[in-house]
Amino acid sequence: MSNEEILKELRAIVEEVAGVSPEDITEEKSFVDDLDVDSLSMVEIAVQAEDKFGVKIPDDQLANLKTVGDAVSYIATNK
Amino acid sequence: MSTTNDVVVTGLGATTPLGGDVTTTWQALVAGRSGVRKLEADWVDRYELPVRIAAQLVVEPTEVIPRVEARRMDRCEQVALVAAKQAWADAGLDGEQPQVEPERLGVVIGTGIGGAMTLLQQDDLLETQGIRKISPLTVPMLMPNGPAAFVSLALNAQGGAHAPVSACASGAEALAWAWRMLRAGEVDVVVAGGAEACISALPLAGFAQARTMSTRNDEPEKASRPFDAERDGFVLGEGAGVMVLERAEFARARGARVYGRLAGAGTSADAYHITGLQPEGKGAARAIAAALRTAELDPKEVGHVNAHATSTPVGDVAEAAAIRLAIGDHPVVTAPKSALGHLLGAAGAVEAIATLLAVHDGVVPPTLNLEHQDPQVRLDVAAGTARRTELSAAVNDSFGFGGHNVALAFTSA
Repeated sequence: MSNEEILKELRAIVEEVAGVSPEDITEEKSFVDDLDVDSLSMVEIAVQAEDKFGVKIPDDQLANLKTVGDAVSYIATNK
Repeated sequence: MSTTNDVVVTGLGATTPLGGDVTTTWQALVAGRSGVRKLEADWVDRYELPVRIAAQLVVEPTEVIPRVEARRMDRCEQVALVAAKQAWADAGLDGEQPQVEPERLGVVIGTGIGGAMTLLQQDDLLETQGIRKISPLTVPMLMPNGPAAFVSLALNAQGGAHAPVSACASGAEALAWAWRMLRAGEVDVVVAGGAEACISALPLAGFAQARTMSTRNDEPEKASRPFDAERDGFVLGEGAGVMVLERAEFARARGARVYGRLAGAGTSADAYHITGLQPEGKGAARAIAAALRTAELDPKEVGHVNAHATSTPVGDVAEAAAIRLAIGDHPVVTAPKSALGHLLGAAGAVEAIATLLAVHDGVVPPTLNLEHQDPQVRLDVAAGTARRTELSAAVNDSFGFGGHNVALAFTSA
């Protein structure tokens, strides 16, 4: 799965959980500061991403996924 | 006569089994329509529930609240928000410019059992799929202060957000609480009411096992029949009702439209039985008397009582005794649960709205299915069609499992 494909699937998850428009979800955006995703929604996004991509996202790793790009890279490396 | 302590009602909101707003609900109540229907759900058959009827919402809250917002809320929180936003707009407070300081704006929204649907759904998930599938929103969705909290968030109300929990008196107790806050001058405006949405297998099974529910499954619209000799229990409903209450001076200063006054409120506890009303209605009568006393009303002035009357064999008779004891047999009485079903923690708030509108419009909605009035109910109950009558004051009763009694006294503006 390419980074482009990961981003596309991740956009769908973030839109479903937090209602952010897919076109706003780009790699440099911060989940919390730019996309207004709160800590509760981040947990939901992580669980859905684990199921979608077959990765494990432990809590200490989740805390490091500040931007959409961070998440894409983590998924690409760990799946 | 009005004094500086007066509390006025300036906004109304509701979503009920009779309509998605106050106007539709009120028109249906006055027209004598029933909101009780056959319950269409697979679990009714699966659990072989003895109760197969309910009064469900006409307008789904998810049709009104944006999807992402709605998925973070339990159904009882959704209905609270729907009704609160309607009331807020109805009071003319939804404009660009805030008319009340956030710190002078309070919220009191009661609920009987809160996010029971979430609790049950998440427990199912825990059993079948494990902890990973449990929503991180589980706790804010199931906590009974959730409806008050979401309304406070939505309206930026920072003057306190409270959540009385007194079973089927919760909605009325919320209004009594708001009234006290305003009389004490703690805040200028309070958004107050009740919310409930728990039509699902376990609550129905629990109430059915307590033998409090009607099993007239073949005639849904005839099942809720308060004060009738053939009554056999209540019908479970869902919904929310919210009022905007203000200090009269504050409302006057901002030029608000006033429906009427919440002139008095009384509360008491039976300390008699965990579910049953004291048979002579003594505790209920004390609550009514306290409402009249604080409203400075003589019982003779009360022209109408909007009764709690749930259609249970014992409760209705005890309430009738309480009304006679505290007020007399002259008021025109109605039992709105004959049409709405029993909205539990929302009942008191929705019915308070009906009580106020009865005074405002000079019309008492009919009690449905009152074919043969129980001879023990020696009251003038409006049956058949709505009763037109000039009213200056009316009382709304609410009682909850646990012996909680609340009475509210409304007067014309």
